[in-house]
Amino acid sequence: MAATLFDKIWDPHVIADLGSGWSLLHCDRVLLHDLSGGRALREVGETGYAIPHPELVFATPDHAVATTPGRTAESFPKGGELIAGLRKRAAETGVRLFDLGQDGNGIVHVMGPELGIVLPGTTLVCGDSHTCTNGGLGALAFGIGASELRHVLATQTLPQKKPKRMRIRFEGTAPAGVTPKDMILHAIGRFGTGAGTGYAVEYAGSAVRALSVEGRLTLCNLSIEMGAKMGMVAPDDVTYAWLAGRRFAPTGTAWDAALNHWRSLPSHTDAVFDSDLLISMADIAPQITWGTSPEQVLPVTGHVPDPATASDPIRRAAYEAALAYMDLKPGQLIAGTKIDWVFIGSCTNSRIEDLRAAAAVLRGRKVAGHVTAWVVPGSERVKKEAEAEGLDAAFIAAGFEWREPGCALCVAANGEAVPPGARCVSTSNRNFVGRQGPGARTHLASPAMAAAAALAGAIADVRQFAA
Amino acid sequence: MEKFTKLSGPAAPLMRANVDTDLIIRIHRLVGTGRIGLGPYAFENLRFLPDGTENPDFVLNKAPYREAPILLAGANFGCGSSREGAVWALMGAGIRCVIAPSFGDIFHNNCFQNGLLPIALPEEVVKQIAAETEASQAARYTAIDLVRQVVISPEGAEIPFSIDARKRDALLEGLDDIALTLRLKDQIAAWQAADRAKRGWVWESVKL
Repeated sequence: MAATLFDKIWDPHVIADLGSGWSLLHCDRVLLHDLSGGRALREVGETGYAIPHPELVFATPDHAVATTPGRTAESFPKGGELIAGLRKRAAETGVRLFDLGQDGNGIVHVMGPELGIVLPGTTLVCGDSHTCTNGGLGALAFGIGASELRHVLATQTLPQKKPKRMRIRFEGTAPAGVTPKDMILHAIGRFGTGAGTGYAVEYAGSAVRALSVEGRLTLCNLSIEMGAKMGMVAPDDVTYAWLAGRRFAPTGTAWDAALNHWRSLPSHTDAVFDSDLLISMADIAPQITWGTSPEQVLPVTGHVPDPATASDPIRRAAYEAALAYMDLKPGQLIAGTKIDWVFIGSCTNSRIEDLRAAAAVLRGRKVAGHVTAWVVPGSERVKKEAEAEGLDAAFIAAGFEWREPGCALCVAANGEAVPPGARCVSTSNRNFVGRQGPGARTHLASPAMAAAAALAGAIADVRQFAA
Repeated sequence: MEKFTKLSGPAAPLMRANVDTDLIIRIHRLVGTGRIGLGPYAFENLRFLPDGTENPDFVLNKAPYREAPILLAGANFGCGSSREGAVWALMGAGIRCVIAPSFGDIFHNNCFQNGLLPIALPEEVVKQIAAETEASQAARYTAIDLVRQVVISPEGAEIPFSIDARKRDALLEGLDDIALTLRLKDQIAAWQAADRAKRGWVWESVKL
């Protein structure tokens, strides 16, 4: 049968047909974070239910943790309470917790793959919309709300309606300066922020095959910014080589059995998708967002749109509101716009390859004097690996702050924020109004573009800063 | 979960597209807060000016809409973050129904978990309800009947809407979905036992 990767994972995970197109789906892995994890564990107990499979549940504090060097859980007091709750409930229920400073701690979508918790062909849920990131390993991973999370913890299952299938093929080789972040921002700009709603998206094509696992995780991370709860890349030898030896990856004969299964997962060459889209890599230039939705994105050589040219009044109003919030003029060149902050981090772009790419642009150069620049590694492991390579020294020498792992300025839930009115080039995933702090202005870009902006003190074309 | 059957009241027009859940409730308000008490913080960034005073131009600050139980919005309402606090904040602010051309997937699911009804109608229809509502100073009422699956516009037009049968039944009855699922406990256990035999590697490497 000409099944897709998505069908090959979804179908065998259906425990029961619930009628009206609904299935009861088994969840092989559950990830918890500090913002909702402790509460979810507590609520399950309070409503009189047990947690039948603590071995399939993994927790890490990341959202509400300070990232200042030398921080503790209590550095951000409100977060400290959340972490205390998570520790208590994890201990009571037998759920594994990767606490601050411990090996394995980090942003939930960084540590999950890193520890081999996420495996090809598995289903995974987490109370965070960027759970789609994990699809980069060929898993069916999606974000859920607090009530759904409680349901999964109590039953290890979730009633779900099967989404439609979308494929986006990236064909060709990446032009200079174009990273996975630019590929997905380009796709969102082209197809729109609602294009993937109701779909599971598979990214395919020669340019996706050529990506490292980390690049695939970045690509899948922004699926939700296109409306898709699930994004995925078929596993291949790159995936298997990356996973082998990781802490919770299978070993020995179990590895052989898993590998055998994983090799059967890729979409059949005759598989049919409900929507099948094609992007030529030659059409992509380094991207930067200008507005307050990820679809409001431009090549770095582009001009900010003029609302007067928008045909539909809702779109015109959205452009006007975005320009006012971002303090930009219709038709202005985006490059050269003065910035105040740079943030390199988040579940999108805080892995070792991201830090290497940014450091390569920075080496031997200095951050503009008026710019505050932060780099927040995605996990304890990323941090240690970067320090072993001397990347921390490279960032510090250029004028960046080298901080502790966490979500930090992506979501500003930890007492850290970009000040009101300040303009920040950020490697995160959302440029929403107030996302990085009330009144903060966010421009999304790749780590290399963020590094170039830090040096120029303005939005800049990374291709002019050849490493 | 709160039951939902019928509803009637002014429908507040917030006719912008891509209203994300960050805009509905700032994450900052969800750190260490429960499901209750978020109403005053709904749409904080729109509702208040930088000096902390109310923004008189924001629809929910206008007299006929302060208590509006229905919100009219543009496409892709509730996109972005999975935070269920967005639903808790809307409900805390008295909103029980959102009518928009489309919704973010996770937000859409979260609505049903709490008894907030999301209704998808074509943009022209949403605009028409907005126009009829705003045609008089007093903001005329829109009614929702979930049993009959109709929206009754201020002018009295009956607009049918479709809704997933499973979700509708859950709203009408206010069911606890964990209890429902656990009726299938034996089936879940049988699936897991068979899966352990087939895919031992999923289970073995994480054994406690």
